[in-house]
Amino acid sequence: MSKEYEDIPGTYVFDADRSREGYHLNMFCISLRLAENRQKMKDDPEAYLATFAMSEAQKQAVVDRDWNGLLALGGNIYYTSKLAAFDGITFQDLAAMMTGTSREEYRDMMLKGGRTIDGNRYKSEWEKQ
Amino acid sequence: MARLTAGVGCSHVPAIGVAMDTGITDQPYWQPVFDGFKFSREWMKENKPDVVFLVYNDHCTVFSAECIPTFALGCAAEFPPADEGWGPRPVPVIKGHQKLASHIAQSVILDEFDLTIMNKMEVDHGLTVPMSVMFGEVEKDDEWPCLVVPLCVNVVQYPPPTGNRCYQLGKAIRRAIDSYPEDLNVMIFGTGGMSHQLQSERAGLINSEWDQQFLDMMTKDPVAASKISHLEYLRETGSEGIEMVMWLVMRGALDDDVTEVHRHYHVPASNTAVGHIILENNSNKDE
Repeated sequence: MSKEYEDIPGTYVFDADRSREGYHLNMFCISLRLAENRQKMKDDPEAYLATFAMSEAQKQAVVDRDWNGLLALGGNIYYTSKLAAFDGITFQDLAAMMTGTSREEYRDMMLKGGRTIDGNRYKSEWEKQ
Repeated sequence: MARLTAGVGCSHVPAIGVAMDTGITDQPYWQPVFDGFKFSREWMKENKPDVVFLVYNDHCTVFSAECIPTFALGCAAEFPPADEGWGPRPVPVIKGHQKLASHIAQSVILDEFDLTIMNKMEVDHGLTVPMSVMFGEVEKDDEWPCLVVPLCVNVVQYPPPTGNRCYQLGKAIRRAIDSYPEDLNVMIFGTGGMSHQLQSERAGLINSEWDQQFLDMMTKDPVAASKISHLEYLRETGSEGIEMVMWLVMRGALDDDVTEVHRHYHVPASNTAVGHIILENNSNKDE
């Protein structure tokens, strides 16, 4: 199946393939919605992570809080944001981390109207830079 | 008979709910967001819907990766606000209109739209934030001013239903409402958007020009809007901008000819462009 959207820069489209790859990772993330699971994760992260059938790479990305890496391994932002919330990170600060800018720079960019569309449509536009 | 009188398009940014729940809507950051809903709250009081048919999406709160229905219709008596990880929003439980919901389910499925029926469902900010911005602050122990029939649409796992499918479903919902015997004033809300990307290196993308064109199309050329491809939403409006297909369910349910009575657009609310429009059915005016 052709995936025309793969040429959009800086974007992981959460399609059926990524959903399949990320299933256990995403189920781990959504489990943190419940207070009792958050407590288990606080008490013994290693033991709690072991209860999910994630790949070693996925577990390591969780431990490292590699936010873009989690998306590359099948995580979806609405799930990974629950791990960020567990850490006390707001959605906007999470976005700043994924873009590699400081929270102030990112907030300032949003106040000025956000990231412009020009130059951000195609991967080829990013490669030129 | 039930009458569908108007449609509302509205973003459902979670931070807007947090701003209302923590009482910081007067802060300079939030004031321009909420100023644009002053008219809407007055308009809601004047036009008093009995029922709102509310099209929204769940954000991996109630529906986990275990089950991803494309269209899920809420047929329960009530829909409690969900705990999204920091406690449920302090707003009243949403009350359903069960008879109307059952009627719509039966009518729409025989019209060849295969809905999932939800007889038990919690709802997240996708549903409660539009209620809050349109009706204003309502205490947790109070009641919302109207009943709600929720329609939850998958826009998280690609592909969501196409814009045209949403638009046609809106038309089927309209046929169902038109054939409901009780005298009810029904409104339809399409929520989500507008342009935003929450993930990865392109996060923070906003495309105001595109958003304004989309609002223009909502009023004047919904068929053109229904033909927007998924690729265009993803590329031009950010990976989460594709939520806007849900506005097409709302628009499909309205008359071809509508009157735009209000529009509001503001950047930013957190990572997102806030868009809002109120469209009145012209057929309702003639009567």
